[in-house]
Amino acid sequence: MWNYFKLIATGSWSLAVGMWIVLRHAFKRPVTVQYPYESVRLPARYRGHIELKREAAGGQPKCVACLACQRACPSGCIALDGVKPEGAPRKVLTLYTLNFTTCSLCGLCVESCAFDALQFSKDYNLASVRKEDYQMDLLTPGEKHS
Amino acid sequence: MSIEAKSIHRETFVINLGPQHPATHGVLRIKLTMDGEYIDDAEPIIGYGHRMQEKMGENRTYAKFLPNTARMDYVAALFNSQGYVGAVERLAGITVPERAEYIRVITAELNRVASHLLWAGAFLIDLGGFTPLLYTFDDREQILDLLESVTGARLTFCYYRFGGVCNDIDDEFVAGTRQFISRLRSRMPMYHALITKNIIFRKRCEGIGPITADVCRRYGGTGPVLRGAGVAYDVRKAEPYSVYPQFDFNVPVYPEGDCMARYRVRMDEIVESLRIIEQALDKLPAGPVMAEKVPRFLKPPKGECTFTVESARGSFGVRAISDGTDKAYRMKLRSPCFSNLSLFQECSRGMLLADALALLGSLDLVIPDIDR
Repeated sequence: MWNYFKLIATGSWSLAVGMWIVLRHAFKRPVTVQYPYESVRLPARYRGHIELKREAAGGQPKCVACLACQRACPSGCIALDGVKPEGAPRKVLTLYTLNFTTCSLCGLCVESCAFDALQFSKDYNLASVRKEDYQMDLLTPGEKHS
Repeated sequence: MSIEAKSIHRETFVINLGPQHPATHGVLRIKLTMDGEYIDDAEPIIGYGHRMQEKMGENRTYAKFLPNTARMDYVAALFNSQGYVGAVERLAGITVPERAEYIRVITAELNRVASHLLWAGAFLIDLGGFTPLLYTFDDREQILDLLESVTGARLTFCYYRFGGVCNDIDDEFVAGTRQFISRLRSRMPMYHALITKNIIFRKRCEGIGPITADVCRRYGGTGPVLRGAGVAYDVRKAEPYSVYPQFDFNVPVYPEGDCMARYRVRMDEIVESLRIIEQALDKLPAGPVMAEKVPRFLKPPKGECTFTVESARGSFGVRAISDGTDKAYRMKLRSPCFSNLSLFQECSRGMLLADALALLGSLDLVIPDIDR
C-alpha cells in the first residue's frame, strides 16, 4: 500500500519536472528558421548541383571537354561535347547538360576535374513539377529553370 | 481443462503493422497474427526498399560505389563509408595518413551521436511522446551543421575516400565541435530529467521486450541490442580498427536486456562518443589528409578481405573480393539492422501489441539498411 502511494508521488513529481523543463523552453528564443521568409547561411563547401567555372576575362568556360567528369559520374548524368577550332590552343565546349533527375550530388565530378572548371552551385530552390526543368543546360545557365 | 473451455475456439486474426507505400522511404511492414491483444506471430515483410546495393557494388568501379554507401543506413551514413573504404584500402594495401584517420574518427563519432539523438526522439514518438523529439533534433541539427561545413552535405555525406578524406577540417570546425561537446554535456541532465526519469517512459520500458544474450547470439544481434543484453562486445574494442586503440573510452553494458537497457546503452554511448571526439581533437596531428600515390583508377590485386566497423546500430561488415579488375567480384554488405530485426519474430511472441511497438522501436531499425 505504501509503495502504491509512493509510486503516485514520485510519478507525479517526474511529470511535473518534465512540464517545468518544457515550460522553461517555451520562453526561449525559437531555433526554427522561417523559410521562405528567412534562409540559412550555406557553408562554403555546400554541395549543390554543378556549374561551370568561367574565365575572368571573356566569361568563357574553363572546361576543355576532357570528359573526365562524365567518366567519373556514377549516375551517368553528365553529357558534354567540344570541338577544337582551327588554331585554338584547346577544345571549346559546345554542349554541357546535367540531368539533375538522376544526379546524386556526390561531387565526384568536381573532384575529377583537373582543370578547375567545375564548382558547386549554392542554388537549392529547385522544386518544380516539370521534369524538363531538371535537364540543365550549364552552358547557358540563365535559361535553366524557366 | 473442462469440456467447455476446450470447445472454445481460439480465434486469431491478422493485422498489418506499419504503412507500406513505394513513395515513402523507410517504412516497415509486419504481418501480425494476433490473439486478442497478444501477438501470436510477427512476420516482418521486407524487401520494399531493396535497391541491389551489393550488385551495384559489383557492376561499377570502386570509386563509383562510394556515394551508394551513404544511402544504406542514411541516419549514420559515415559508418557505411568507413566500412567500405576500409575494406577497399585493406584490399589495395593503401595506408591512410594519421590525420585522416583522426578526422574519420571525429566525424564518425559525431555521426553516432546524431544517430542516437534521432533514435531517442523517434523512439519516444513510437511510445507516444512527441516533445523530446524537438529537443533531440535541436542538438542533432548542430551536428549536421558541423558536418555540412566539412563535407558539404547534411545526410548523404560521401566524405571518405580511398586513402583519406576529401576535405581537411579547419579551426572553425574544431572550435564548433568543442562548443557543441560542452553544449550537449550540459543538456544531458535535461534529457535524463525529461525522458529517463519520466514515469510513463519507465513504465513503458522497464522489463518490456527482454532480449537475452542467447537470442542475440543465434540471430546475430549486435550493437546496443547486444550490449543491452549484457554482452560487452564492441568492434572498436574487440577488433580495433582505425585509431581507436589510442583513445580511452568505456563500452556501456546493461544486463537487463529490456527496452530501458537499450535506451541507457545509447544514452551512455553519446557521452562516451563525446569523450572520444574530445580526445581526438586534443591529439589531432598535423599532416596530409590524403595518402599519396592512390591510383586514379583503382585496381586492387586479386584477393579478398573483410572489414567491420561499429556502426551506430551494430557491426557493419564489408566483405570485398577482387579479381584484379577495376570492379569488385563480390561486395557483401553485412547490415546490423537486418540481424536486429530478425530476432523480433521470436522475442515479440506473446507480447502485448503496445509493448511490441516499444520493442520494435528500441531495436533502432533503419529500413533501407535492412533491404539495401
